[in-house]
Amino acid sequence: MTNHWVDIKNANIIVVMGGNSAEAHPVGFRWVIEAKTRNKAKLIVIDPRFTRTASVADHYAPIRTGTDITFLSGVIRYLLETGKYNKEYTLAYTNAALLVNPDFQFSEGLFSGYDEATRKYDKATWSYQLDEKGFARRDATLQDPRCVLNLLKAHVARYTPEMVERICGTPKETFLMVCEHLAGTAAPDRTTSFLYALGWTQHSIGSQNIRTMAMVQLLLGNMGMAGGGVNALRGHSNIQGLTDIGLLSTSLPGYLTLPSEKEADLAAHLAKNTSKPLADGQMNYWQNYPKFFVSLMKSFWGDNASSGNNWGYDWLPKWDKGYDVLQYFEMMNQGKVNGYICQGFNPVASFPNKNKIVASLSRLKFLVIIDPLVTDTSTFWKNHGEQNDVKTEQIQTEVFRLPTTCFAEEDGAIINSGRWLQWHWKGADAPGEAIADVEILAGIFAKLKALYAKEGGAYPEPIMKLAWAYANPMAPKPEELAKEMNGKALADLADPKEPGKFLARKGELLPGFALLQADGSTSSGCWIFTGSWTQAGNQMARRDNTDTGFGNTPAWAWAWPANRRILYNRASARPDGTPWDPARQLIKWNGEKWVGIDVPDYKLDEPPGSAMAPFIMQAEGLGRLFALDKMAEGPFPEHYEPFESPIGTNPLHPKVVSNPAARVFKGDLADMGKADAFPYAATTYRLTEHFHYWTKNVRLNAILQPEQFVEIGEALAKEKGINHGDMVKVSSKRGYIKAKAVVTKRIKPLTVDGKTVHHVGIPIHWGYEGVAKKGFIANTLTPFVGDANTQTPEFKSFLVNVEKL
Amino acid sequence: MQVTRRQFFKLSAGGLATSTLAMLGMLPQNALADVRSYKLLRATETRNTCPYCSVGCGILMYSLGDGAKNAKSTIFHIEGDPDHPVNRGALCPKGAGLVDFVHSENRLKHPEVREPGAKEWKRISWEEAFERIARHMKQDRDAHFVEKNADGVTVNRWLTTGMLCASASSNETGWLSQKFVRSLGMLAVDNQARV
Repeated sequence: MTNHWVDIKNANIIVVMGGNSAEAHPVGFRWVIEAKTRNKAKLIVIDPRFTRTASVADHYAPIRTGTDITFLSGVIRYLLETGKYNKEYTLAYTNAALLVNPDFQFSEGLFSGYDEATRKYDKATWSYQLDEKGFARRDATLQDPRCVLNLLKAHVARYTPEMVERICGTPKETFLMVCEHLAGTAAPDRTTSFLYALGWTQHSIGSQNIRTMAMVQLLLGNMGMAGGGVNALRGHSNIQGLTDIGLLSTSLPGYLTLPSEKEADLAAHLAKNTSKPLADGQMNYWQNYPKFFVSLMKSFWGDNASSGNNWGYDWLPKWDKGYDVLQYFEMMNQGKVNGYICQGFNPVASFPNKNKIVASLSRLKFLVIIDPLVTDTSTFWKNHGEQNDVKTEQIQTEVFRLPTTCFAEEDGAIINSGRWLQWHWKGADAPGEAIADVEILAGIFAKLKALYAKEGGAYPEPIMKLAWAYANPMAPKPEELAKEMNGKALADLADPKEPGKFLARKGELLPGFALLQADGSTSSGCWIFTGSWTQAGNQMARRDNTDTGFGNTPAWAWAWPANRRILYNRASARPDGTPWDPARQLIKWNGEKWVGIDVPDYKLDEPPGSAMAPFIMQAEGLGRLFALDKMAEGPFPEHYEPFESPIGTNPLHPKVVSNPAARVFKGDLADMGKADAFPYAATTYRLTEHFHYWTKNVRLNAILQPEQFVEIGEALAKEKGINHGDMVKVSSKRGYIKAKAVVTKRIKPLTVDGKTVHHVGIPIHWGYEGVAKKGFIANTLTPFVGDANTQTPEFKSFLVNVEKL
Repeated sequence: MQVTRRQFFKLSAGGLATSTLAMLGMLPQNALADVRSYKLLRATETRNTCPYCSVGCGILMYSLGDGAKNAKSTIFHIEGDPDHPVNRGALCPKGAGLVDFVHSENRLKHPEVREPGAKEWKRISWEEAFERIARHMKQDRDAHFVEKNADGVTVNRWLTTGMLCASASSNETGWLSQKFVRSLGMLAVDNQARV
């Protein structure tokens, strides 16, 4: 979330699209109800199903799964055609006026630079026109046909209300009603808050779903505002934290990048990642990349990292490509992987095409499970009848299962969707011999280190040089690890403004990331957390819930970055410093510096009216309506059909049906179904009574929702002779599940491109392990293809058939 | 941050709590006979955060056991933290069932191994588990570690073993996991944010 949970109450319009927050985030959803009751906000739900969120909405718009870009591009078209957008904000705070490379173009579903053989783009033309200083050219009059706004207008011109109805199945009048509500928040004193979740990410076009919405928010002037923003409601309690700490194939903590093999040395890595300004007078905050990177290296390797060895740069692995889970299970399936560690993760249930996942795990030499609970993955080698029909004796994988603590049995911090790091405390010991994850990692690592010390082996340096200065090396304490992430001064840090004074003395915990240095005099494991545990103590443990305005509680826990609660809040004021809405002023200029109820997201002493734009992490300081080369499939969003499409074509460009930049493995392409055999659009989702695949182990939740079911609309049920409560078989090209049918009025057929499209709803929470009734893994059905940027699988749009049993 | 109920009542003697107690007929000097000993009065209250979704609801966990060596603490009740600015005491049907997660019959209690081709688990010690896993990892790493790519660039990567990290684990676990995997040269590292 750019904003936070309580801030939702400040919105005038709340759109829930690509999510079902009343069901999946019910307690956070209370703030939506608060906005409705106290702020007279209108709630709009756009979803293939009439969800629990829709049931309390003011307006509901049905939409075919996988067509959100069409809907939102239609909104952008409406805003631009009618002129109902915040023109002053758009001109000053977005790249609307910047001029684009003359060779950039879009035609028949493809942007310039496409290579069909590699399914990749050469993005050279996805760039600005630069002047002699290397800054982007702009036309503040917005007359130049190559300025971003005019290119965007031309791009979205095809997304007429008629086209929206044809692709999405949303009635034109309903679509226009939503447009009008959104357009109303172009007024400076009104905002829209968008709430989304996996309903947007789990598509082969997931990232562009979100991007299209972000563009709507920029045009409406809602970024940086209380009650505005782009609000990802994340799925797990610390998925934000694990992302922040960079536990993804090619990432490092704090959104630094793990070096690729093209960056042969430190200088090349820093040159590639240290941002150069694209406009005059910008903060261009990523110019500080070397400070964050070197401080991280000091945390990784301690005293072993020095300027003489490039801070241990060679000790980091260098990637040739991303090894995301789809890539890695493809390799595993081909027998190219020997070992796998699953820490609190259940891939058999969580990844697409379950049968491929089980076949892949069966080819491993060893599998290590670290979990507090029994998972389906841990017993993938057992025959569970139809639900997991394997030949146990033929599976040669050696499986270790290690019991770990759960939340209640440890200290530590987790980060909610609002970026709050909240510290928690241990309440009891774990059962049996279970120990903490860090003790398990330390135990394995100590053995490895001893083996390498004794026997030598392949490149032991990084193992031997890794900083491990914990009081008990076999059980690092959460406090020690938290302080390591915060970072400290490794030498006295002199104050450049006042000779003789120091910003921090050697050994002190740092109060903020502004103090980090690129010369090895500071350490920090995750620069965006710097300030979370300072000389003043553990800031994440703070519990003063005083509301300083608009539901802001700055002394409750600690938010990254710098305890800022609303990102981009400089954009809540005009360039001259006056607030867009005086009734919700977040920050103001006091004559010397920016102050306010939130930590200003800007250079504190930069006066109003300067050239410095508010999006300080961007090289040109502006919100991007044109994404430059940052996206895989294009700088503007474009509608592409799901890889399994119920209409089998793309009405906008029949030659390019699905995302041309998405990676699909050969065997998986052959495993894609077509509408003739699998005619129904299927989507998977969660229920309020369950959490993923955990709560099937929890008695109360197993009682609340004991048995697997699928949801089918009345029209389809009638067509297929299925009654409420009948057992049905739902199959895709990849496998089948059997479940009870819930026949419902909440799923209605849509007319799409002249055809009737039925949706089938598939809750995911069952499996062959647990205390609930045993069920099938829903992901037996889902396709093995991901978003072109993130490789997040397309769980939300695929094709199935349904038969009565 | 642990305050027992008993300490709480001691701290607030003379305040509202005391008068409430008096209304319940529990003021010691007025008691003519033993009153029922309320379990909550003997409980330790510990603050935590719900481990399910990302709303991050504050929770209060109540446990028995006063920290004495032979009194093993056990959690018997979990409820929403009324002071928390987001959930203000509320929990959803998932959070409301948390105590059944802590005490699930499917909690793992001992290290185990399933030998190749075997049909059942076998209980092992932590020492054996660490020893055998480390041996597997070293064998695989030594056999397949790539120091240089085809162009002679130092790449120091290990592609034949990977790790999935837990997005319900704490930041502190995440940070140690990051150090663990990268020092070994692993690139096949992901967490639930990928899916």
